[in-house]
Amino acid sequence: MKWRANTVIGGALTALALGTALTAAFWTPFDPLRVNLGARLQPPSSLYWLGTDEFGRDVLSRVMAGAGTSVVVALLTVALAVSVGVVVGGVAGYLRGWTDRIIMAVNDALLAFPGILLALAMMIVLGANKSGLVLALGLAYIPSVARVVRGTVLSIREKEYIEASRVIGNSELYSMVRHVLPNAVAPVAVLATSMFGWVLLAESALSFLGLGVPPPAPTWGNMLAASRPYMETAAWLSIAPGVCIALTLLGINLLGDSLRDRLDPRMAHG
Amino acid sequence: MLGYLARRLAMTIPTLLLVAVAVFTLVRLIPGDPVQVMLGDNADAAQAAQLRAQLGLDEAFPLQFLHWLGKVATGDLGHSITNDLAVLPLILERFQVSAVIVLVAVAAATCIAVPAGLIAAWKQNSALDLAVIGSATLLLSIPSFWLGLLLLLLFGLKLKWLPVIGYVPFSENFWQAAVFMLLPIVTLTVLEIGVLTRMARAASIEVLRLEYVTHARAKGVPEWLVLGRHVLPNAFAPTWTLIGLVLGHLLGGIAVIETVFTLPGLGRLLVDSIFARDYPVVQGCLLFTAVIYVVVNLIVDLCYPLFDPRVAVA
Repeated sequence: MKWRANTVIGGALTALALGTALTAAFWTPFDPLRVNLGARLQPPSSLYWLGTDEFGRDVLSRVMAGAGTSVVVALLTVALAVSVGVVVGGVAGYLRGWTDRIIMAVNDALLAFPGILLALAMMIVLGANKSGLVLALGLAYIPSVARVVRGTVLSIREKEYIEASRVIGNSELYSMVRHVLPNAVAPVAVLATSMFGWVLLAESALSFLGLGVPPPAPTWGNMLAASRPYMETAAWLSIAPGVCIALTLLGINLLGDSLRDRLDPRMAHG
Repeated sequence: MLGYLARRLAMTIPTLLLVAVAVFTLVRLIPGDPVQVMLGDNADAAQAAQLRAQLGLDEAFPLQFLHWLGKVATGDLGHSITNDLAVLPLILERFQVSAVIVLVAVAAATCIAVPAGLIAAWKQNSALDLAVIGSATLLLSIPSFWLGLLLLLLFGLKLKWLPVIGYVPFSENFWQAAVFMLLPIVTLTVLEIGVLTRMARAASIEVLRLEYVTHARAKGVPEWLVLGRHVLPNAFAPTWTLIGLVLGHLLGGIAVIETVFTLPGLGRLLVDSIFARDYPVVQGCLLFTAVIYVVVNLIVDLCYPLFDPRVAVA
């Protein structure tokens, strides 16, 4: 029963975020970048539903455009981390021996950095822009995926049906791709869902620090950072982007929980 | 037990070495000539050559690394480019601020989250459980910097109960320092309660299902004793591991909280140095944080047998 509520609420909130991001690609009530100094810091009204910011830009339009940026960054990052992580983890688990030891030693050293710190460090090298952000966050999360995939490959490759696949003459690579890796889909799917949330949070944190997507392009993080000087006079500026991050994360967390409960039913029902 | 200690300690050395390689390489990967970046466009060749020699950049890469590692081993992390202060004392001074916030927040969050998770697991699938797990998931979804801003807005600007900006070191005035630290600590505590409660609940559910719990109940052991004496210690072990990760995670993410509350901590030092292109400080901060993370997780692992003696035997 509980996972169903999780799935419904989580799915609805995630769909809302994705839908907003998609809509913003084609339409927003106002141009999110259009400066209108005559309408500075207007509170929410029938014209500007979420008010305007210090440059008179429509907050609703900027929140929608921000959803686009955040979702695109998060999707690309997760795609990067999963695709590279699966290859790295797969190779380590498959070849074992020294290759595995070396790959995993480097992997564990990278895991010794908290993800956000690693991303922060890499932003210095890659520069504060959207592609730099995707690359930095993607690289920061590859080690987690690699570790999960390697664990699955190591435990599966000795199973009898893999042995059988080899015996009937299938190549090692074929057995690996066709029979071993599909076992990693479930744990990687759970990890990827959580990762989507982490990335969203890390992206907004980096943007908040001024190390993410640079203004004037709106992201929820840089909107929150820009709202700080106006907290007392224009509180709506700090509320809207924060609510968006929190609701999207809540949706993803609930969805992640229901996914894990289904793939690991032991946790769902006592 | 000694074998476990030795094994765990030995595992740390290659990790620390690789961390050092990673930090060293990362700073060398910065596009452009670091010397040029540090000195700006109007530096002359002699100045550039001097700084290059000072940073050891005129040597081969592996040699540079070995020299740097040798210096690091003696605690010499170089000097800041912006103010020529030695990096390590600077980091240690800033670290005190971050460490207080993180340690107090994690301790407070643990004290609240572990009992909450245990009770939720005990009453699994009840309204109470749903309320606990629901609130924990909600807390997990709130970004720290936003919660910080909201608390600042409410208690600082609207109610005017607490100061909005500023910092006093504990050595100067304990109570004033505590007042300035209160909101950042509360922010982190509230957020970490989310992660830890979920872990404590999941671990407690696993333990509650074990046969010895049924056995204790069948023996007639009072329920509070079953929970406190038999379930809690075993359910605490996995949560304890997570505390290590949470501490590291917080140290990594502390920059945003310090930015919100304008506190001169380690995270703020790192971000400011990134903006100032003060690479020796950036390098020092990264290395220091990673080492602290490794050491914290080492301590957590070394303490693990205290909660779960089976680990030391295995």
